[in-house]
Amino acid sequence: MVGTLYLSSTHTIFVENSEARKETWVLHSLMSTVERLPTNPSGSPLIIRCKNFHVYRLLIPQEKDCVDVLASLTRLSRPERYGELFCFSFNPNLDKELREKAWAFIDLKAEFSRMGIPSNLWHATAANHEYRLCDTYPSELYVPKSASPAVIVGSAKFRSRGRLPVLSYYHRDTSASICRSSQPLTGFSARSSDDEQMLQAIMKSNPVSEFMYVVDTRPKLNAMANRAAGKGYENEDHYTNIKLQFIGIENIHVMRNSQQKLIDVGDLAAPTMSDFLWGLENSGWLKHIKAAVAEDGVSVLVHCSDGWDRTAQACSVASVLLDPYYRTIKGLMVLIEKDWVSFGHKFSHRYSHLDGDPKEVSPVMDQFLECVWQLMQQFPCAFEFNERFLIQLHTHIYSCQYGNFIGNCQKERRDIKLQERTHCLWPHLWENRTEYTNPLYRTDHSQTQGVLKPLTTAYCFKFWKGMYGRAEKSLTSQSPADCLNAVREESQQLEEELSTHQERLAELKEMKTSGERKNTKKLSERARRPIPSECELGSPLDYFTAPTSEKHTPSFTLPLELAAQPKTGDPDDLSTCSDFESGVADLSSHSSSAGDDAKDPD
Amino acid sequence: MELSEHIKTANVEDVTLRRPFHPALRGTLCVTSHHLLFSDRKDEASWQLLILLRNIDAIEKSVENLFGYPRTMGSSGTITIKCKDLLVLQLEIPGMEECLNIASSIEALSALESVTEMYPFFYRPSHLTLHGPWGLSSIEQYYKQTERLQWDRWRVSTVNSDFSVCPSYPRAVIVPREVDDEKLVQSARFRQGGRFPVLSYCHLRNGMVIMRSSQPLTGANRKRCKEDELLLQAVIDGSELGYIIDLRSAQQAQQARMTGGGFESKSCYSYWKRINRHHERGKVLQESLIKLVEACSDPSHSVDRWLSKLENSKWLSHVHSALSTAGLVVECVERDGHSVLVHGSEGTDSTLLVSSLAQLILDPASRTLTGFLCLLERDWIQAGHPFQQRCAHSAYSHARLKQECPSFLLLLDCVWQVWRQFPLALEFSEALLLRLAQEVYASNYGTFLCNNEQERCAAGVKENTHCLFQSLLSADIEEQYLNPLYEPTDLAIWPSVHPQSLQLWTGLFLRWTEYAQNMEEAREEMWSIVKEHRERVGPDRTNKTPSTHCDTLTPFENLMDELTIL
Repeated sequence: MVGTLYLSSTHTIFVENSEARKETWVLHSLMSTVERLPTNPSGSPLIIRCKNFHVYRLLIPQEKDCVDVLASLTRLSRPERYGELFCFSFNPNLDKELREKAWAFIDLKAEFSRMGIPSNLWHATAANHEYRLCDTYPSELYVPKSASPAVIVGSAKFRSRGRLPVLSYYHRDTSASICRSSQPLTGFSARSSDDEQMLQAIMKSNPVSEFMYVVDTRPKLNAMANRAAGKGYENEDHYTNIKLQFIGIENIHVMRNSQQKLIDVGDLAAPTMSDFLWGLENSGWLKHIKAAVAEDGVSVLVHCSDGWDRTAQACSVASVLLDPYYRTIKGLMVLIEKDWVSFGHKFSHRYSHLDGDPKEVSPVMDQFLECVWQLMQQFPCAFEFNERFLIQLHTHIYSCQYGNFIGNCQKERRDIKLQERTHCLWPHLWENRTEYTNPLYRTDHSQTQGVLKPLTTAYCFKFWKGMYGRAEKSLTSQSPADCLNAVREESQQLEEELSTHQERLAELKEMKTSGERKNTKKLSERARRPIPSECELGSPLDYFTAPTSEKHTPSFTLPLELAAQPKTGDPDDLSTCSDFESGVADLSSHSSSAGDDAKDPD
Repeated sequence: MELSEHIKTANVEDVTLRRPFHPALRGTLCVTSHHLLFSDRKDEASWQLLILLRNIDAIEKSVENLFGYPRTMGSSGTITIKCKDLLVLQLEIPGMEECLNIASSIEALSALESVTEMYPFFYRPSHLTLHGPWGLSSIEQYYKQTERLQWDRWRVSTVNSDFSVCPSYPRAVIVPREVDDEKLVQSARFRQGGRFPVLSYCHLRNGMVIMRSSQPLTGANRKRCKEDELLLQAVIDGSELGYIIDLRSAQQAQQARMTGGGFESKSCYSYWKRINRHHERGKVLQESLIKLVEACSDPSHSVDRWLSKLENSKWLSHVHSALSTAGLVVECVERDGHSVLVHGSEGTDSTLLVSSLAQLILDPASRTLTGFLCLLERDWIQAGHPFQQRCAHSAYSHARLKQECPSFLLLLDCVWQVWRQFPLALEFSEALLLRLAQEVYASNYGTFLCNNEQERCAAGVKENTHCLFQSLLSADIEEQYLNPLYEPTDLAIWPSVHPQSLQLWTGLFLRWTEYAQNMEEAREEMWSIVKEHRERVGPDRTNKTPSTHCDTLTPFENLMDELTIL
């Protein structure tokens, strides 16, 4: 493709020279690397790799231009201050009021009350008001009611970065809870009675069980090594009634390398038939947490080193498994807002929004999304959203178009006045939710109910082609989900249409008092339409403006038309006419009966 | 020896059956000449499991006989039955002697050699009769029903009507009109097994053809055959070039000359260009299948181990090479507009695989349910794929490999890959492919019996058995084999052969794991949405006839139509 390249302050725009003048917009903040290859006779090649795994290849005729483009892109794709991010200049023409409403779209307080937290056991504490206790936690924390303020403060002091154990998810059916924290500062022998009391309080707030699990998501070796730095893990002798488990999820550095390898494999299209699957180390811990909470009704405290990467992963995946609500579109938004955004997952560091330490970058969130995707593969009917929703989320986490994923914690976001200066992603996704709906999802389906029990056998994990194999998306791909959506949409339209016609028929009947009821005419009309193609579905309006707009046609012209209709006599029409009639005959029996008991007023 | 003489113990009570997804059951086990029958009569509704003995691939027995205990109490045995459709069952049988008897009966009866003793010759369902035509169509019918550009350049030859020219070809074949039967006989002598080049497919758009044959017998001293050269000359007739896709590597083709085989040399066949594509065959494929099934049946592997086992089996590489060679053939025919001759050495395995896959990609007619079954009948059954030899054993068998090779399974896997990449383009469903994968190894029907038409005639298969394809198309069971999302397209469907695009066929290889259950639910859900829609839209709506008429109707007319009825 030949075209013109434009650089703006936020986007790189490529306009094709063809008739259609197709435009490709690439956000600078999405670019991960820009690479210039040696100049060859035809020009200088430039390869742009994006964080959402798109790859663009440019060939620029003049070497000088290429160097210039490279220099500006390198600078533009690595903003140094928050103010340079696209979200601060992105303006979708919303007035102030709407914007505020948008930010209120996800309300975490409402979410905690949805969980049905019993107020005699848990309550919201103001201890972290103004982020005094822990600057990376949200200001509102849920803790056991039996824990006194002194215990809370003491426990925070004993935890790395003050991230004390707080409630993340409460499971109403078993009254067990998932709490999260960071590692305790035990060193080799230190202990804190406050922290011990805190855990005791958490355990007590589940009246059913005698003990609780403490899940350390690190490999045991890493946890031991941390003791040398004055940190460590809970000693089972000091804490009464806890069971400590190590799960062994590798840290962010291992994950980063693993993902890089995967991308390389996809790039080369190497003919080894083995895909390097990652994120599957998770197989083990899925099981642990689920087993603990759902089956035994035992509370769990999850922590890793700092409690913002692996902990968030573990808590949120467990929540998805446990609660059908988190498998809906809105629910997943809430979950991300709760477990990731508010509890201080370091979005800006992990996804390199700003030019910073490359060691801090890691695809933690990618991994969570992948876990959800793997679950979707195993339970195709259990999720309201589809793959596209996850990919869209993934893109926005990196793109900085909306303010949701900017900054590292709530405090930082408040300090840069994010809510006043940027827009919120959630309502935007919510408005387009039809695009993200899984056609197989039904609220009353057996897969939708209750706790998911995924298989963790190796062969159940797949390579997420939609995400990592985007390079070859140009191939004409047919999506069964889209087709089903289309089909279902048409069914729905027909249903609506049927009911409006039935209403009309009822009206007409009142006027005419006599007359046969044949309300299925409309249906046979549809019967001769071709399968809905994309374009038809894109504009369902022209599909049936007809009946609605002409609703007020006076019905007394009827007899006239009745006489006129059968006159159309050329052979073409005849054939359609007959097929018409047969269609009616076929249909009238089955459909009118359905209509009769369902909708007809008489 | 009568079949029943193999049965020493016909009935055992109190047998425990264990199978995937279900709790263990106690019941009665019976062995008949062709079946293993387990029935559980405890509940009112008695439940039965009927397994064709032919379906049993391997049987493992372990007997626990504790000395010191009275014989009647202490001894029992466990039989593990591994079926050719990859199901694994366990039977706990009280009594060591009974256990051993049953095991030896199963061993003997599941490995019958004689075709006429097999179950299809005894299967007599009440709703089917043995009279009437057998199979879906014949070569003559195919020739008559097809209309192509320059179709009159071709004719049906009955030179093989007594199977003397080529024992593995059907009685009738399609050949160029200008080549007379005498030349065909000469050409057949020059090809291995007498499989001279015949037409497999003629492309609708440009009249180009796909031919198939076996290797020419040039031998070490480069023999030639004038008639064979003329035959191929007549195939391209006028156009300047044809392609020979040789399914061996160049080196293998050279080596074949030492054993009397060979390849078409450039000097003798000047209008044909040879392309070598290496395909594994025979033993290598079978071993690959065995490794794959082994990897799939052990759930305890870690991710890394599973992936390395999967890669080690090389099964997906075979899928890859089959699909890409088929793609190459399609490219020659559809894009470049040249005719193609496909052959390997014998011309009964990978040759058929490639030519039939190419047709699936090219030809919209072969993507319908009926069309696909016709394709299988024409290009596999009539074309003489030796089913009996190839499918004698499946992946579990401990028997020494003889002629086994999962060529047909590989075809089904490739078709599945195409189906997965183009979920709307094929009229049939995964269920059909699974059913075929099962039937090819053990069947009530005679379709996959014997190695070629000649043997089928000799054994009286057509007179004494029922045809699977006919029964698959009968109205009452057809629906489960249809793809709810089918939307016909006239274009060639080019499958992607990137390694990322090929997947393990979980439906087949992980069929008996929990994993498959959720998929089944999703499939049902899909059906119910589509059905709901069809009900609403009307029962007589077919996907195939989009009417343009309704586009010309104005909204006003629409409304009037409705009101006139009223």
